[in-house]
Amino acid sequence: MTGERVDPATRGRSVNTRSAWGGVLIGLGLVASIDEIVLHQLLRWHHFYDKSTSEMGLISDGLLHAATVVAMVAGFFVLIDVRRAGSLVPRQAWAGLLLGMGAFQLWDGTINHKLLGLHEIRYGVDLLPYDLTWLVFAVILLGAGALLLWRRPAASRPS
Amino acid sequence: MTTHAGHHAATGADPGAWLLPLVVVLVTAGIYLVGTRRWQRRRGRAWDPWRTASWIAGAVAIALALSPLTDSPTARAHMVQHLLLGMLAPVGLVLGAPVTLLLGVLRPDAARVVTAVLRTPAFHLLSHPVTAAVLNVGGMFVLYLTPLYALSTESTAVHHLVHAHFLIAGYLFAWAIAGPDPAPRRPGMATRVVVLITAGAAHAYLAKLLYARAGELPPGTDYAVADMQAAAQWMYYGGDVVDVMLAVALFATWLRRRSRSRENLGVGSAVVGTPRT
Repeated sequence: MTGERVDPATRGRSVNTRSAWGGVLIGLGLVASIDEIVLHQLLRWHHFYDKSTSEMGLISDGLLHAATVVAMVAGFFVLIDVRRAGSLVPRQAWAGLLLGMGAFQLWDGTINHKLLGLHEIRYGVDLLPYDLTWLVFAVILLGAGALLLWRRPAASRPS
Repeated sequence: MTTHAGHHAATGADPGAWLLPLVVVLVTAGIYLVGTRRWQRRRGRAWDPWRTASWIAGAVAIALALSPLTDSPTARAHMVQHLLLGMLAPVGLVLGAPVTLLLGVLRPDAARVVTAVLRTPAFHLLSHPVTAAVLNVGGMFVLYLTPLYALSTESTAVHHLVHAHFLIAGYLFAWAIAGPDPAPRRPGMATRVVVLITAGAAHAYLAKLLYARAGELPPGTDYAVADMQAAAQWMYYGGDVVDVMLAVALFATWLRRRSRSRENLGVGSAVVGTPRT
């Protein structure tokens, strides 16, 4: 990531947030893929089609899955584009990645699991520790991302 | 008919069954290679080797689907054929940009005929992402949820028609979403991204449905449940692979266009990209 000519005006609290958006897209796709691969396939906590508590569950799940796959690809291309324009801000991209991951975790943990009841993290066990882990993890990711994004960067740090 | 005659051909028992796939590769790749030679002679510069590789990969995918390797009466074997013919082969062929090549080597009057066809309302309708997605994924819903599938295992004609539909509908879809070929009035990025996601979702949904009801679907078949479940899983993850390939191809064209317009504006000239032809 070195050798980029970053306009000082776009560094830090910038007008140009495209680096962050690229990161957000990748983060969303990444955490959804981790969920899918680790929890569905390897641990089999919720299974290949266990989410099918209803027809809508299956369909929304399919949409989410397809969207996250495309989002990840889109995110990488946004970053390549920003880089070619010479305005990539790695710190922003990392912040976006954390925010995207955290946002998905939060949404998954509250809306998917609790509000819609699409699926639970695990079956046949006390869910509270799992739900808490999910939410704490989400808050940590979001906090770290926000801190990285909005904290003023060290004044004269070379990029 | 040789459709189910080659179960043991993978062990080399029936070399004759390889004749058709071999002919398919040689003819498909041969015509294309002749075209690239003519392109080079006419234009004085080489045809993009990635496009050639991509086209040949598509031809090989078709040949594998027709070869004794996938000739077995299991749901898994059928699904491999489906993935090869309906998904991998079309993506490879479309990324080979055959129409661009054709337009580059034809005489002007013949090229005008091709572009006139591309401009017809009928072609526009057929190659619209929504139409292509309905033909492609919608066709799979019809195949797996109606007795059509059972029919295709009994009738050789239906069997081949289904395969032809897979290939053509898959090609139309890949072309509509991510084709590098010129297509007048091709819808913009937003439409294509939304259609790609929706079609991917519908495909994933169908795969899960087949998995969940592996005992009863497709109607009229008696595949072992484990066999059908495995086939459904391959369908699901195969769909992902193709989704990623199409998304990469789609955003790559977007990136190229942005880089080009930036170069025209003289912005970001410090960072020299490698423009592809």
